Amino acid sequence: MEAHHVSNLLVALLLLGAAATGRALWRNRLWREALTELWRRRRLSLLTIALFISVGLLDSVAWIGGEVAGEDLLASHEARSVIDRLFLKPAEGSYSAPFATHTFYNKQPLVAPAGHPFGTDILGRDVFHRTLKGVRVALLIGGFTSLIAIPLALLLGIRAGYFGGRFDDMVFFVMSTLASIPSLLLLIALILVLGRGTWQVCVALGITSWVGLCRVTRGETLKLRELDYIQAAKALGVSNGRILLRHILPNLMHLVIVTFVLLFSQLVLSEATLAYLGIGVDGSWGQMIDQARTELSREPVIYWNIAAAGAAMFTLLLAVNYVGDALRDILDPRTLREDA
Amino acid sequence: MLAYILRRLGYGVGVVFGVLFVLFVLFFQIATPDDIARRALGEKARAQDIEDWKANNGYDRPLWPWQDFRDNQLFTHYHSMLRFDFGRSDVDGTPIARRLREGVAPSLTITVPIFVLSLLLTVLLGLFVAFFRETYIDIAGVFLCVLGMSVSILLYIIGGQFLIGKLLHWFPISGFDLDPSVMLRFIALPVMIGVLSAAGGDVRFYRTVFVEETGRDYVRTARAKGAGELRVMLRHVLRNSLIPILTRVVVTIPFLFVGSLLLENFFGIPGLGSLTVDSIQQNDFRTLRVIVFVFSLMFIGGQIATDISYAAVDSRVRLE
Repeated sequence: MEAHHVSNLLVALLLLGAAATGRALWRNRLWREALTELWRRRRLSLLTIALFISVGLLDSVAWIGGEVAGEDLLASHEARSVIDRLFLKPAEGSYSAPFATHTFYNKQPLVAPAGHPFGTDILGRDVFHRTLKGVRVALLIGGFTSLIAIPLALLLGIRAGYFGGRFDDMVFFVMSTLASIPSLLLLIALILVLGRGTWQVCVALGITSWVGLCRVTRGETLKLRELDYIQAAKALGVSNGRILLRHILPNLMHLVIVTFVLLFSQLVLSEATLAYLGIGVDGSWGQMIDQARTELSREPVIYWNIAAAGAAMFTLLLAVNYVGDALRDILDPRTLREDA
Repeated sequence: MLAYILRRLGYGVGVVFGVLFVLFVLFFQIATPDDIARRALGEKARAQDIEDWKANNGYDRPLWPWQDFRDNQLFTHYHSMLRFDFGRSDVDGTPIARRLREGVAPSLTITVPIFVLSLLLTVLLGLFVAFFRETYIDIAGVFLCVLGMSVSILLYIIGGQFLIGKLLHWFPISGFDLDPSVMLRFIALPVMIGVLSAAGGDVRFYRTVFVEETGRDYVRTARAKGAGELRVMLRHVLRNSLIPILTRVVVTIPFLFVGSLLLENFFGIPGLGSLTVDSIQQNDFRTLRVIVFVFSLMFIGGQIATDISYAAVDSRVRLE
């Protein structure tokens, strides 16, 4: 199977999974109330995130064939996504300003006059197109990393917190060891030894970020374990596995969701730092910013590359952070006290 | 108390051994000596050259102590690191310990001002926002914090250099000198950017801490006896919030030495951050291994110090 088939399949699975989760949450009264409250408070942010996710998904559905830009023979044999197909204009000669009709330096006429809302970069590629492609990369970094970090943290955290003993000591030791290595340095070391690339960066980010969540789930499980209803379940002879699945896990979900949302923005920011160090993910906004670094010292200034990538990243992270804040207020009962 | 300190120190030593083991797995097992040699010599290096390079740089012994207890990489790794015998760089052969020593001073000249200024500024701003909690000032303040947290440090640095260094010409765009008369001009911009880039998250954290404290009983008592709101905030809330503030602060102190990787690199400050970036770009694995170890060591030391001072203040901690 080729890469774009896998990607298409994943999109389908993701949509099905999201629909199933949404349905399950909607059936639960408390979750329905929380979600309605979230929508009431953060309508704009949620819509922004939905927009970004749609762009990311559209950029993940790809196939071969169809109309290509100009006489580009290479492109006609490559898998191109829906987003790629929206940009059928061939590349320009070099830099051009937003909505310009001529290239920036030697004033040659453009193939598509006034057709590039964010201008073109040094190789004449449409900056708007590159910015949109960055959405998928950002979501991939956040999503894939969470897929590594969250199950690991839940599995180890719950087991360690619930059963205690040797296993708990071991998990706690591993956590303190990993937490003792400054995270940026650990991240760099991991990527250097694993090699550079998308999945390597995600694995490295996953290894550095599961510790925080694991600590939270372990602590919360320790607390829950002592609660009366768990004791009652034990007295009634309910098996440990069933207690974990029915009673502990659902009571941790709100923490997992809040941590995930807040983690997401940190991951995207970390990737930007890594991109500057030359070990980021190809096509990310961080990489665009890094490449555009020297353009600000040109005369006259080339600003649109850095502005487009920076603005896209800022918008996504602002929306995510804002939703994360509201989610924490809604889901974490401790902060409800302020209303009383 | 002594028993607690000994136990805590013992655990700290255990963690140091754990960190060294993680480093060994990363830098010897996952990136094998062959990989390291190939990165240093290029992909097309001949097998003989790789063997020679490994022999010259001390990478030619077996990894694990299965055959010989002392003659292996694991033993050498632990032995040299724990004696602070860091050896020479894989790339240019300079002693790593010397480069670390040279880097400390430049790093501290920007991180200490950033640390002090940002602590003062963010605690004060946090107190200010918490003072006006549940008003429009509070909402606007928190919104500004979230705004600041959503911007990449890359943009802060590039934007700051462009705006203040290039357009306004207030300070030089980059450069460094340890001579005090000109140093200030060079460090002003990185310090400003360093303070600004971390302000959002810190202010919001301190605001949460302060707001949490204002809900406590002693605050109500203080108000009931007629203390003004300002006095309540400064005398009661601030003092009782010191523990969470200190926890956050102590954890960041070891990072003072790392400096800010990006700040140093962008502004051409020859500190430990620049050393780290250089070793990444040159694939200098040994230097990187030493840097990670040294900073982890400082970090562990900081944590032990925090825990022991907690135990000294709060006897409940000791009994756990």
